Amino acid sequence: MSLDLAKTPIAEPAAPPLLAVRNLSMRFGGLLAVDNVHFDVHRGQIFAIIGPNGAGKTTVFNCVGGFYRPTTGTVALDGQAIDHLPSHRIARLGLVRTFQNVRLFKTMTVVENLLVSQHVQLETRLLPGLFKTPKYRRAEAEALDRAAFWLEKVGLLSVANREAGNLAYGQQRRLEIARCMITHPKLLMLDEPAAGLNPQETRDLDRLINALRAEHDVAVLLIEHDMSLVMGISDEILVMEYGRPIATGDPAAIRANPKVIKAYLGEE
Amino acid sequence: MSGFSLLEFIQQIINGLTLGSIYALIAIGYTMVYGIIGMINFAHGEIYMIGAYVGLLAITALGLFGVDSISAILLATLAISILVTGSYGWTVERLAYRPLRGSPRLVPLISAIGVSIFLQNYVQLGQGARDVSMQPVLTGGWRFGPDDGFQVYLSYMQVLIAAITVAFMTGLTLFIARSRMGRACRACSEDRAMANLLGIDTDRVIALTFVLGATLAAVAGVLVSMYYGLVNPFIGFIAGLKAFTAAVLGGIGSIPGAMLGGVVLGLAESFASAYLQTEYKDVVAFALLILVLLIRPTGLLGRPDVEKV
Repeated sequence: MSLDLAKTPIAEPAAPPLLAVRNLSMRFGGLLAVDNVHFDVHRGQIFAIIGPNGAGKTTVFNCVGGFYRPTTGTVALDGQAIDHLPSHRIARLGLVRTFQNVRLFKTMTVVENLLVSQHVQLETRLLPGLFKTPKYRRAEAEALDRAAFWLEKVGLLSVANREAGNLAYGQQRRLEIARCMITHPKLLMLDEPAAGLNPQETRDLDRLINALRAEHDVAVLLIEHDMSLVMGISDEILVMEYGRPIATGDPAAIRANPKVIKAYLGEE
Repeated sequence: MSGFSLLEFIQQIINGLTLGSIYALIAIGYTMVYGIIGMINFAHGEIYMIGAYVGLLAITALGLFGVDSISAILLATLAISILVTGSYGWTVERLAYRPLRGSPRLVPLISAIGVSIFLQNYVQLGQGARDVSMQPVLTGGWRFGPDDGFQVYLSYMQVLIAAITVAFMTGLTLFIARSRMGRACRACSEDRAMANLLGIDTDRVIALTFVLGATLAAVAGVLVSMYYGLVNPFIGFIAGLKAFTAAVLGGIGSIPGAMLGGVVLGLAESFASAYLQTEYKDVVAFALLILVLLIRPTGLLGRPDVEKV
């Protein structure tokens, strides 16, 4: 019955979902990696996709983020169809993501990573840059302030001038989140943010994600294997198995769902 | 062979650094383009040749208009050549490489060879296939050493080449390290897909890379035409090959590497011509390349290419 609960907001025109994924399927040759997935993410919501390895979670992410073009189905952000847009256009509309294997600019410094991601907001005409006009300097100073704000937020201010590739793994993950947040996204997608983190780092991450939602009005869509993290912070969970959605609901409902238990623990 | 003295050694260093400066300026164009799109732009030698022609024509024209101050000639010529050659660099990228983005690696490479042949013939048609020469603009120099023995000769032109090369390299290094577009360039060269995902217009960054490479090639062209007073439509081939060697020697993709590679190659050639025979200079240059590739395949300053997932 939790399935029906998840769908109720669609009927209400007053609160259209931030992200609406409809009948999404993705076929690679003979393999149907994602089969008719359907879900909504609402403003300020933390929504998790879980499932055993190979369930098609990352494929859903790649379809939503514009890396793949879905075979069938639609993806809409704020009512606008995004399933045929290139990924940089999707990013500009306010949907940004992190990667399972962290993708920072490793040879650039931590603060430069945050400056690069503000490139779009900054004026990038060549001549003001060459002559360092006052306007250019001011914009650059503001970009630096925002970078400092986010470094403080994720606890990396003390390593601002280190090369990003030299950070500890947990720090790299937090930097990747900061790099997304600095662009003021509406929806932040995190692909296994707790992978490779120790329990302490996972607790920090939990706190960080909650703080982001509370203070920066961002919805979070995440894929995660770490059940303690998922059950603790998610408002709603979608469970996938073999490319198909098998359950949707809040953590309590998911924990009690026999199909989910079977998918994770097998029969008996 | 014992006749070679310290002074002659110093002379070879001066000659080598002069030659090396030119190689380094051209090599940066190869290395930057490779760093961003992973392609060897084999038409870059021809871009340099065009820079030299424009330089020579500009100097001649300025002479006709009666400009005789050397600094005015130099500045005006550099400006004209950079402008014209830079637009050639931009156009070549726009017409011959951008439409092929996303195709297999070999395709733009073939397109580059086509552009190279095209530009060579285009200049032959416009300017003739023969050597074009002009009066040297800047003559004279300093001599050091005993009056009756070997004297080290340092020409004003050599000092000028070194000074201008250092100025432009410093400018480029600062631009890449400090400016917003330079930051975007570095981000693109590390992970172009990710840079694109962050909203950076990577096509624009690539175009800028080609223009910057052409700018430095134009500077090299102007300096060479002033130094030798002679150009022909074929100078791009061997200079391009040498500069490419310099870029690989220093570690392709690395800007400091291209600078170092150029200087090392220039010195090697200069010593080979002095201590062996002039004919051996190319042998030594390319033997050096093979040696470096055998011992250190990533070049002197190159980073090992980590496979991207």
